[in-house]
Amino acid sequence: MKLNATNVFLILCASFLVFSFSIYLGPLSKKANPGFNSEEAARGRLIWQNHNCQSCHQLYGLGGYLGPDLTNVISDARKGEVVIRALMKSGTKQMPAYDLSENEIHGLLEFLKSVDASGVADPRSFTNTNFGMIEKHENK
Amino acid sequence: MKTNKLHIGNLFLVSALFMIVIALCFGILAAIVYLVPDFLKKDLGFISLRPLHVSSSLFWIIMGATGCVYSGLQIISGKALGNKTAILQWFLWIFAILGILISYFGKSFGGREYWEFNPLWALPIVIAWILFLINFISLVKKIKNWPVYIWMWLTGLIFFLFTFLENYLWVFPYFRENFVNDMTIQWKVNGSLVGSWNQILYGTAFFLMDRMDKSKSTGHSKLAFVMFFIGLFNLMFNWGHHIYTLPTENYIRYIGYAVSMTEWIFFIKIFYDWRHSVNAIQKHYHHFPYRFLMAADFWVFINIGQSLLMSIPAINIYTHGTHITVAHAMGTTIGINSMILFAACFEFLGFNNNPSIKRNKWLEFCFWFLQLCLIVFFLALDMAGIKKGIWQLSEHQSSYSQMMQSLRPYFMTFLIAGIGLLIAFASLAFSLITFSFVHKRLTIKDENDN
Repeated sequence: MKLNATNVFLILCASFLVFSFSIYLGPLSKKANPGFNSEEAARGRLIWQNHNCQSCHQLYGLGGYLGPDLTNVISDARKGEVVIRALMKSGTKQMPAYDLSENEIHGLLEFLKSVDASGVADPRSFTNTNFGMIEKHENK
Repeated sequence: MKTNKLHIGNLFLVSALFMIVIALCFGILAAIVYLVPDFLKKDLGFISLRPLHVSSSLFWIIMGATGCVYSGLQIISGKALGNKTAILQWFLWIFAILGILISYFGKSFGGREYWEFNPLWALPIVIAWILFLINFISLVKKIKNWPVYIWMWLTGLIFFLFTFLENYLWVFPYFRENFVNDMTIQWKVNGSLVGSWNQILYGTAFFLMDRMDKSKSTGHSKLAFVMFFIGLFNLMFNWGHHIYTLPTENYIRYIGYAVSMTEWIFFIKIFYDWRHSVNAIQKHYHHFPYRFLMAADFWVFINIGQSLLMSIPAINIYTHGTHITVAHAMGTTIGINSMILFAACFEFLGFNNNPSIKRNKWLEFCFWFLQLCLIVFFLALDMAGIKKGIWQLSEHQSSYSQMMQSLRPYFMTFLIAGIGLLIAFASLAFSLITFSFVHKRLTIKDENDN
């Protein structure tokens, strides 16, 4: 096969599709994570999106920087579910007090629990490995 | 018979110029929130101001990129392209833009990171893009031996559509219910979407280089094609560098890391070669386009160092989740994309044909003031990012609010530089808009029409 621009383009596109579908099929090989109600967590994810929480907060360091990262806020000894529930109701200096129903707060907390159970976002919990890659520290 | 047809490329470019001014106004308001937490808290708040700023900025880039492709094709074909499909495409964009911006005021969001809005508004954009793709293919299929910029425009068009649709996979529960996979797809989309409009804009840069260089060698050079394929390779596979800390599959992170290291190297080389091939007469004739392309070259150089370092996971762990990421995003959006777009606006709107205004001193001042403000803006974000990065990795962290309080001097500098950017960009944009209306650049005489 002659390596002209059209062929290189088509080979790259085919590789990209294989790569994309390997990611789309990812959830099929994942086991359910215990410790939270997955249906409630999925509902909470939509509440999170409807209120655009990502605009100010981060999950795994991805999001807005006005507020703190909330990936592991549920398991944080200084915060946890009780403090987060209170903050959702009262608001803070920068965050308005959202008029959330008890049902919505429950959904959001289940979502945050599911995020917390998925891994650790704190940069201090990573160590350098070969070739400049990073891995999660086993003790954290 | 000669008739006046709507110049569809210039219509998109002028619409885009309005969007950059709107984007900067929302950006200033959003930046004020960092210093005055109560500012517009109840009426709008950061949750509305941020998407208002981000979406307006992206409308500037995408509308501008569309205008560049249409204007470029008009020059290549030598025919007026104003047709019903393209006009319908423009109306669909205006409908979507108004709907999206108004929906933010009504607190209706998509809630995803970066470019987000209620999924309903994606429909007119998808239809507009399909019309664009159909129009583009019908126009370029007669051209033989495509120069690199036509390849880049086609690639940008196809991948924008693909990734834009991929961005809405979350509406299906299968994708939404697995959080880590959903985040992986979200950042796959974000990376590739940026790559797709970069293809269109870098393609435009090549088109302009070819136009200024009378030998027309840039668009067909082997190096240009190698650069195109490296850009495409990065568009497809480099996005993993956004999610090194996300507990996704390891191969995604390794591919992202390896591919990122190939990024942008050839782009600088081509700019370097081209700069030496443009003679003094051409530099004089294409005064502002040349200057803006050189500015883009400078900002490519600045951003390449930063982005390559940020793509190394061992360094990324310090910069991830900090304002260094914002400096990178804004540095490339303003420094590279906007500079190429302004070069295109000056060229396509015919500013060069008017020697009396070409050397306008106020516009000269705006150009240099813009570069100065962008340097200050970029450094303020980088400094805030470094400070936050140190905080993130310190053993005894102060509270988040205390850390943010300590960044106030950098946010103040960022705001002042942002106001400077608004003044410079708005002056340039309104000069071009006024020029377009006064000199009737939104219509074109068509001899083929009957």
